[in-house]
Amino acid sequence: MKYHGVTLHRKLENNIGLLIFGILFVSAIGGLVQVLPSIFQDSLRLATENSHLYTAVELTGRDVYIKEGCHVCHSQQVRPLLAEVERYGPYSRADEFVYDRPFMWGSKRTGPDLHRLGGKYSDDWHRVHLINPRSVVVNSIMPAYPWLAEWEAVDLGDIQAKMRTLRKLGHPYTEEAIEAAPGQLEGMTQLDALVAYLQILGTGLVEESP
Amino acid sequence: MTEKPNNISSREVYHDGVVKRLVQFAILWAVLGMAVGVYIAAELIWPGLDFGQYWLSFGRIRPLHTNGIIFGFGVSALMATAFYSVQRTSNVPLFAPRLAWITCYGWQVVVLFGGLSLLAGWTSTKEYAELEWPFDIAITILWVCFAIVFFGTIANRRIKAIYVSNWFYGGLIIVIAMLHIVNNLALPVSYNKSYSLYAGAQDAIVQWWYGHNAVGFLLTGGFLGMLYYFLPKQANQPIWSYRLSVVSFWAFTYTYIWAGPHHLHYNSIPEWVQSLGMVMSLILLAPSWATMINGIMTVSKAWEKLTVDPAMKFIVLALAFYGLATFEGPMMAIRSVNIVSHFTDWTIGHVHSGALGWNAMITYGTFYFMVPRMMGRPLYSVKLANIHFWLALAGTMLYILAMWGAGVSQGLLWLSIDEIGELNYSFTDIMASMVPYYGLRLVGGLIFLAGTVLMAYNLLRTMYGLHTVTVSPPEVIDEVKGTAYNPNAVMGGPIAGEAGQQAPAAG
Repeated sequence: MKYHGVTLHRKLENNIGLLIFGILFVSAIGGLVQVLPSIFQDSLRLATENSHLYTAVELTGRDVYIKEGCHVCHSQQVRPLLAEVERYGPYSRADEFVYDRPFMWGSKRTGPDLHRLGGKYSDDWHRVHLINPRSVVVNSIMPAYPWLAEWEAVDLGDIQAKMRTLRKLGHPYTEEAIEAAPGQLEGMTQLDALVAYLQILGTGLVEESP
Repeated sequence: MTEKPNNISSREVYHDGVVKRLVQFAILWAVLGMAVGVYIAAELIWPGLDFGQYWLSFGRIRPLHTNGIIFGFGVSALMATAFYSVQRTSNVPLFAPRLAWITCYGWQVVVLFGGLSLLAGWTSTKEYAELEWPFDIAITILWVCFAIVFFGTIANRRIKAIYVSNWFYGGLIIVIAMLHIVNNLALPVSYNKSYSLYAGAQDAIVQWWYGHNAVGFLLTGGFLGMLYYFLPKQANQPIWSYRLSVVSFWAFTYTYIWAGPHHLHYNSIPEWVQSLGMVMSLILLAPSWATMINGIMTVSKAWEKLTVDPAMKFIVLALAFYGLATFEGPMMAIRSVNIVSHFTDWTIGHVHSGALGWNAMITYGTFYFMVPRMMGRPLYSVKLANIHFWLALAGTMLYILAMWGAGVSQGLLWLSIDEIGELNYSFTDIMASMVPYYGLRLVGGLIFLAGTVLMAYNLLRTMYGLHTVTVSPPEVIDEVKGTAYNPNAVMGGPIAGEAGQQAPAAG
């Protein structure tokens, strides 16, 4: 019992309140030192010329992407490696994602990265590909999404409520943009909205950041 | 702590009914969750298997697989074993048994409807935290109920020292609560849609702080609680070094939290966060292996049991896979290795060497130990359990080997460039070359699932038509309370806990 550590530990393992506090304290340190600073780091938080505020249609397309789980197989994060830049385009910058709630970086590339997808293929290619991937990529193992051509974009929740919620979180949507949103979605399918989103992916990069 | 008389009333019995029910649910989710896993493995070979049904689409049922296994199978098994062992290491019945039942059924309702909501496309997309905000709130409430039952039982305990398995279960409850609440903070738009409070890079950092530690404190720490109770019990040996278990517990709890950013190597987050995550991941090898060595040394006096006892075989094999996965993890966290492994099937293989080899195997061993004791009836078939063991081992090995092959190929081929810096292979060609690996993985998964179905049959037959036997806390209080700091005396609790029990051992 000479060691302080042993005495301290004896107290911990004899007192459940202390043990609970000890676990909470010890496990919280890592988050406080490593995660909390990034919450206040401006370069990860503030919009720049590279940041793109999604329009009502793109935002709806993004929600289609989320609902169908595209992120399960596609990343949106080009790493600063020669082969990746060669394959996909300029590597991803943090300020390109400040309006991404939630983030869509993904953890698995069963299919290719999509961060620099915008503008690489025509809208028609995307439509055909989404409805039947194997009609344009013979070996593809991507699921087909024929139902997206039938489902209406307006059925995906109240777009104005979404934009107002995002405005509370700091996305600078104007009242006019919110007023006009339902009209923009009128008559669109979820496929149209998704294609609009895919076509702007990674196109906002204007400035070479260090 | 409430004062309890030292003499235990004869009416006081352990609440094992809720343990039995949780075991049954865990078995159900294991079979269903693994079946979904096999199905999505098949979809990666034959994409037409969704039959044009949106709810069978890969992007929706892959999260169903992970959530079903982690929260259905994993958490039900953790609740069952925590409730079983906390009573026996505290020498008191569960605190608030009704609340334990509410936790048990409430959790199953969340898993069931949460699963259905994923099929409907409600998702926050954050891995292992996909469920939308109404479920997040329900999970928080049920988790608090779990905590009240668990810590309440410990507060009522009649053994002075809190046994080490309970710290790991306690760590599971506390740290997962912290991670769950912080990571799921979001502003709701409607009942099935919300936007994360964090955006972009910040969201990524918070998510992998959560995601990595859901693996850390649920799939590793929680199951280490299982190990620390059921391994010494089954080997009938005290923990080899109690001091090592103390040190490794605190080192584990402190270090694991820092390792999350290795999921974001070379992504758009600050480099110091990545480097710190990598260094801490490497340090994590020490407490992880300390626990493995402690476990192996504990078994080392009881090797002969391995030849006859299926529960022991599963627990020891789980320990071996635990050692493999906790070595592989830090290696993959090294940035230059991660360049190859990131975004590939290697990650999937690594997760499954943990999930199949460690989590599922130790749960199976624990169930084979616990169910015959709870029911007071020998295991229905030791032979079937032995067959299950070999199926589980073969399935896991095939799975991991297939994913190593697939993952390393993907990683190297994606990065492969010729002497003038042009890419050597197209993405589609690399993807198409994965079919043999994916086929092998499907076979491995099927074999593992077949073993699990055998266990389900075996254990349900063992449980069929019986209530749990009545077990009362043994009267061992005075000597234990009077002892000085003698760690191994703590094991007097669980071992003495068997005194009032007539149930025959398995095998």
